[in-house]
Amino acid sequence: MPSRAGFSLQGRQTFYFALLLAPPLLWLGIVYLGSLFTLLLQSFYAIDEFTARIVPEFTLATYRQLLTQPAHIDIIVRTLLMAVAVTIASAIIAFPVALYMARYAGPRMKALFYVGVMLPMWTSYLVKVYAWRLILAKQGIASWGFEQVGLMGALDKALQVPVVGGPSLASSYIGMFVVFVYMWLPFMILPLAAALERVPASLLQASADLGARPGQTFRNVVLPLALPGLAAGSIFTFSLTLGDYIIPSVVGAPGYFIGMMVYQQQGTAGNLPLAAAFSVVPIVLIGLYLTLARRLGAFDAL
Amino acid sequence: MTPAIELRATRRAFGPVVALDSVSLTIAPGEFFALLGPSGSGKTTCLRLIAGFDQPDSGTILLDGVDVTDTPPFARNVNTVFQDYALFPHMTVAQNVAYGPRVRGVAAASRDQQARDMLELVRLGEFGARRPHQLSGGQRQRVALARALINQPKVLLLDEPLGALDLKLREEMQAELKSLQQRLGITFVFVTHDQGEALSMADRVAVFSQGRIEQLDTPRELYNRPRTAFVASFVGSANVVERAAAQRLTGREQAFAIRPELIELLAPGAPAPDGCVHCAGEVIDVLYHGASSRLRVRLDERTTLAVARAEAGDGAGESLRAGTSVHLAWLPANAVPLQD
Repeated sequence: MPSRAGFSLQGRQTFYFALLLAPPLLWLGIVYLGSLFTLLLQSFYAIDEFTARIVPEFTLATYRQLLTQPAHIDIIVRTLLMAVAVTIASAIIAFPVALYMARYAGPRMKALFYVGVMLPMWTSYLVKVYAWRLILAKQGIASWGFEQVGLMGALDKALQVPVVGGPSLASSYIGMFVVFVYMWLPFMILPLAAALERVPASLLQASADLGARPGQTFRNVVLPLALPGLAAGSIFTFSLTLGDYIIPSVVGAPGYFIGMMVYQQQGTAGNLPLAAAFSVVPIVLIGLYLTLARRLGAFDAL
Repeated sequence: MTPAIELRATRRAFGPVVALDSVSLTIAPGEFFALLGPSGSGKTTCLRLIAGFDQPDSGTILLDGVDVTDTPPFARNVNTVFQDYALFPHMTVAQNVAYGPRVRGVAAASRDQQARDMLELVRLGEFGARRPHQLSGGQRQRVALARALINQPKVLLLDEPLGALDLKLREEMQAELKSLQQRLGITFVFVTHDQGEALSMADRVAVFSQGRIEQLDTPRELYNRPRTAFVASFVGSANVVERAAAQRLTGREQAFAIRPELIELLAPGAPAPDGCVHCAGEVIDVLYHGASSRLRVRLDERTTLAVARAEAGDGAGESLRAGTSVHLAWLPANAVPLQD
């Protein structure tokens, strides 16, 4: 009975396979997607103004509230601009570092760089943020450093710029931006270095062989092939900035960010639907960003 | 005539490993030249030095009579077909081929036309819009060829060009490369570890071993008149008989090489032909290849000879098996004396 034996064997294999796959699938399905779906659902409810209870009926009132109040729009725009600025700055700083790690460093230097990039991630996030507040304070190390190299004037000028400036680095958007870039830079460097490392050396040789100068090889071969890494890294920096609430509440100007708004609405204000609606904003923005990146061909080399 | 390529006492070491040990080499324009050797013999280092991907520690490299030792690859009039083809994955086939003219500033319309012509030349006219990963190995190889030839180089370098192809395709490409080279009339220099490939395609072959050129000759000379034991065994796997064994067999203390197909297997009891060197031995094993068989015959403790035997299809070879006593003979003229 070879066919029956084969069937039962196959049947058993399928059973074991299902058994093996069930826990991760349930975890992904319930814990991740389930909670995300519940969140989405919450955003379509609204809160009763008088009883402060959530009315579980489908309504767009919360979104209307989110998108019509100028203060809310301000928060979204502020967060978005910060995320864009942080992403661009991270990319510019990370690229040469990643390029050196992936293509030029020897084995020891490379190990040192990887550890160096990851080391800050092993310490507490809160400690780093508070440390930065001290570093950037009016009498802090940063301003002392500027003074030592005679650039205090430049720092004062920068802090006098409207909107981004402030009384000190620690209480300005410039300071907040610096802390954001510091925090998320490893998330840009690592995928970028991985992408650059995957570019075979023969492609660079082929480019030179065909007559391309080093700059042309960089533009035509290295950069396009690093784009998937750049896209991956920028998704990290972009989404982490969009969702963070600790950095904006510890360092920088008093303006609200999306993360702070979510924190406040679901906590002190008890407006879970509005918190949910606010947390949908980063999801939508990242979705738009990914679509744009795809349109521009960032994933073509994958 | 100015040589297309000239290496003068070129040396390159990687730490303690000497990859290329004072190699001098002259390649004529229009020549199909092979750098043959096992891995680590220095043949690829030699090619990389000519391409400019690497600089020699000492010595001079001339292309068309001009010293290019310190010239970067992009300024040399040579192009390379890489072992892994090195096609740009983010560009179409046509963009890959047009890359050379593009970085040299040729106008788009003109370089597109050139790319179309080159793809036509390698019979891939319809594949311009595809991506490299959508092509088969043989097609990618031809794209790499078209991309390297579009700049009209004086010299085309090929690094193990057929290494990644299966046997049938490799034979087709051998013929195609050869005819392409004859039509274009440019110098081809190719690196290979496959002696069959080197013999069938090249006009001249440089056999590399341990960073030195062991012998530089035409395929026929190399096969028929190997000068060293290494060349004799690497090219066509001849039997190499060391001095002590030669003394016992021929009475002269001179190492020699003898091709397996030039050793005759005498019929049982038959006398050896006049003037032949002959000896008795015992068959160790027999490998049947269809048209021929290959026997290993032990003469004494230290000497084993490979013997090729044409299969006539009469089943006469079936009686030969491990342990059979046989009698071997060969003409002294077929034994090639070797340098020590």
